[in-house]
Amino acid sequence: MSLIKKNLDRRGVLKGSAAAGLAAPMFFNGSAWADGHAYLNAPKGKSVTLGFNVPQTGAYADEGADELRAYKLAVKHLNGEGDGGMMNTFKPSNLKGNGVLGKKVEFVTGDTQTKSDAARSSAKKMIEADKAIMITGGSSSGVAIAVQSLCQEAGVIFMAGLTHSNDTTGKDRRANGFRHFFNGFMSGAALAPVLENNYGKDRKAYHLTADYTWGWTQEQSIADATESKGWETVEKVRTPLGAGDFSQYLTPVLNSGADVLVLNHYGKDMVNSLTQAVKFGMRDKQVNGKDFTIVVPLYSRLMAQGAGENVKGIFGSTNWHWSLTDDGSKAFVKSFGQEYGFPPSQAAHTCYVQTLLYANAAETAGTFNPCGIVEALEDFEFDGMGNGPTLYRGADHQCFKDVLVVKGNENPTSKFDILEVVEVTPAAQVTYEPEHEMFAGGELGECNSGAA
Amino acid sequence: MKILTHPTSSVDSTMMFIFVAAVLTMPIWLTPIGAAYPDLMQRFVIFGLFATGFNILFGLTGYLSFGHAAFLGIGSYTAVWSFKLLGMNPIPAAIFAVTVSGVFALVIGYISLRRSGIYFSILTLAFAQMCYAIAYSDLIGKFLGINLTNGETGLRVLADDPRMLDGVLTSGIDTSALTVNLFGLDLTHTWVWNGFQFNAGFYFCAFVLIIASYIAMRIFRSPFGLMLKAVKTNQNRLNYTGVNTKPYTLAAFVISGMYAGLAGALLCITDPLAGAERMQWTASGEVVLMVILGGMGTLMGPMLGAGIIKFSEQKFSTWGKPELHEFLAFIPDGIRDTVVSVASLFVGSGWHLTLGLVFMLIVIFLPGGIVEGGRRILMIVTGSNRRNRQIQAAAQAAE
Repeated sequence: MSLIKKNLDRRGVLKGSAAAGLAAPMFFNGSAWADGHAYLNAPKGKSVTLGFNVPQTGAYADEGADELRAYKLAVKHLNGEGDGGMMNTFKPSNLKGNGVLGKKVEFVTGDTQTKSDAARSSAKKMIEADKAIMITGGSSSGVAIAVQSLCQEAGVIFMAGLTHSNDTTGKDRRANGFRHFFNGFMSGAALAPVLENNYGKDRKAYHLTADYTWGWTQEQSIADATESKGWETVEKVRTPLGAGDFSQYLTPVLNSGADVLVLNHYGKDMVNSLTQAVKFGMRDKQVNGKDFTIVVPLYSRLMAQGAGENVKGIFGSTNWHWSLTDDGSKAFVKSFGQEYGFPPSQAAHTCYVQTLLYANAAETAGTFNPCGIVEALEDFEFDGMGNGPTLYRGADHQCFKDVLVVKGNENPTSKFDILEVVEVTPAAQVTYEPEHEMFAGGELGECNSGAA
Repeated sequence: MKILTHPTSSVDSTMMFIFVAAVLTMPIWLTPIGAAYPDLMQRFVIFGLFATGFNILFGLTGYLSFGHAAFLGIGSYTAVWSFKLLGMNPIPAAIFAVTVSGVFALVIGYISLRRSGIYFSILTLAFAQMCYAIAYSDLIGKFLGINLTNGETGLRVLADDPRMLDGVLTSGIDTSALTVNLFGLDLTHTWVWNGFQFNAGFYFCAFVLIIASYIAMRIFRSPFGLMLKAVKTNQNRLNYTGVNTKPYTLAAFVISGMYAGLAGALLCITDPLAGAERMQWTASGEVVLMVILGGMGTLMGPMLGAGIIKFSEQKFSTWGKPELHEFLAFIPDGIRDTVVSVASLFVGSGWHLTLGLVFMLIVIFLPGGIVEGGRRILMIVTGSNRRNRQIQAAAQAAE
């Protein structure tokens, strides 16, 4: 211990109070952070390191692999390689295609294993050993929330990847964390009217729910939204993440009197539960004089591909789909396709967009200082990223944009053409107050730049 | 009477001194191999503590528990609850974690120790998996109507938790960051000196480890430790001579459970989050690997094993083909691609293959683990093996 006493100051003792002293960023414009404010992992050489923390094993591994592809593509585009993708359509943009703030973008990757413990450990390694200035990734809200609070404590920016729980920007929101992806509430708000139009008002729903923060909040959101349309929720059953075999949970559904099965599952879980539900013959059954139907509130093309034929005609919502025809989407699909030979998933899209948004915020602020980034991103309005005009709301760091309601394609023309967009729900219809009851109780707190 | 000969206290003090010096200077001598960042060093120390405690049971009595991760998890949950209710001070957290995991170890140990051998292992495994399932689905919490473990998401400290002692112990210090602080010293703080990272949390854990290893050493050298070794050698014979071995094995079980609980608390002290996956059977298996790899029944072996496993986990599991290409750059281009594609099976998510291979090699060729390997090398270098034999021969001749 003598080493410390001899050579090092004791200022760190008061780190907590010092961090609070950095408050009140509202009085500065972005450039105020550009000069001389010390912050954690300030890049010193000619390059800047980003940390991509995605599930490479476990129930969400497919999504994680696609996220990683998108990150690598985004890094290429930021460094001025390739065709630039959405950098050409993104506006207003300060990106120059020569890295970020003149520094070449490099990255490190980590495996979250879809476990909070492993994800935090991997993020800590990136921050402490690899000196990453920003962590991004996800594919499980439990993990995203755990890593987000770690980044807040450490003093780096967290750009959430695929995380759909209300809590990420609700009661677990953090000043250093940002989410582009939509959430459970938005899914409910977009999906409920479509479900009402197609299946009527008098329906009894049975929920099977992944037993963690995402499942809980989506279940609540969908139940609330459908109940307001006159539906009745018969039963809510929680299933462990990565269960594999769902037959024990599916058997009671048919005897419950329910005529709709809502699967609050994602990734391989959804593939398994939906496939098994179809194998049980549920979709051929008649209950209460109506056709038994299945709803998957959060859809992704990767999952739909995994479930194959079974998704035909099943409704759900999604953040983005490759078949969209706006300029941003077309540019992204084209450069992703050229790179990898197949269209990107919604997970890939949100991760790509998040990386570009972060880079643009750094250019705008003139610094990588997290507090400068926070200021540049808060209430930032942009377009050309595939979702139409989008707002990064400053009050909770959540993006507000159109939500897609999709349906399993009855007549797919290719193996990627599995989902068809039924309706584009305008952003206004899915917007809520920052202190809406499903999101209340959270506190952004102050941005933390990790400076001691 | 060979069993009674153990190193003199001066050998022990030298070893302890070297150990303390090595632990405290970790941030310096681990730098060349790229392992000197706080998170990994904390893991070395915490899992070293876990393995040391496990070795008191497994190394001394030979009882192979496959459920020690349960105590690790219980310690973690207790620590986080202590943070939530009492405040972000690590000392009450550690004390409660040790106590609660000790109570659980007493109950589980009392039942499991009715059997020995494989039945004991299976019983402990069953208990650990039960604990895991209960924590994962938060069954007790659901029963009581509170959020006890927060299931898959993991238990965290929230801003609106009572943290009753925070104002008392750390008056005038802002604790809203929700990081653990030792009477005001933020344990996430890192002092940087000449590029070396000295982390407060690491030194807290290192301090705990040093005390715990000293206690472990005293247990090894005590009559109680000798009795445990006797249990391992031949429990039946002990029973026939009228010794009731159960209190000894149960005490060893509880002590090692408390060590595991303390390690679990330290995991949360360095990072205040407790997840159920910490209790999974893979975590229980890992500590067995650590102890066997390092050398069961030795004092320093488990710590070495823990260090090596945690180091390779961090390194190999993050490697991919690009890193392998760089690492194997000395191989000519034509062959390198083949070598890399074969080797890439053993890194990244496949690093468990590497671990398995190394483990097999150790068990087959070095049953005493790395410590035995070191001893053999030492003997070759110093030729002490021959000298020992000569001394023995001389002694026999004198008789």
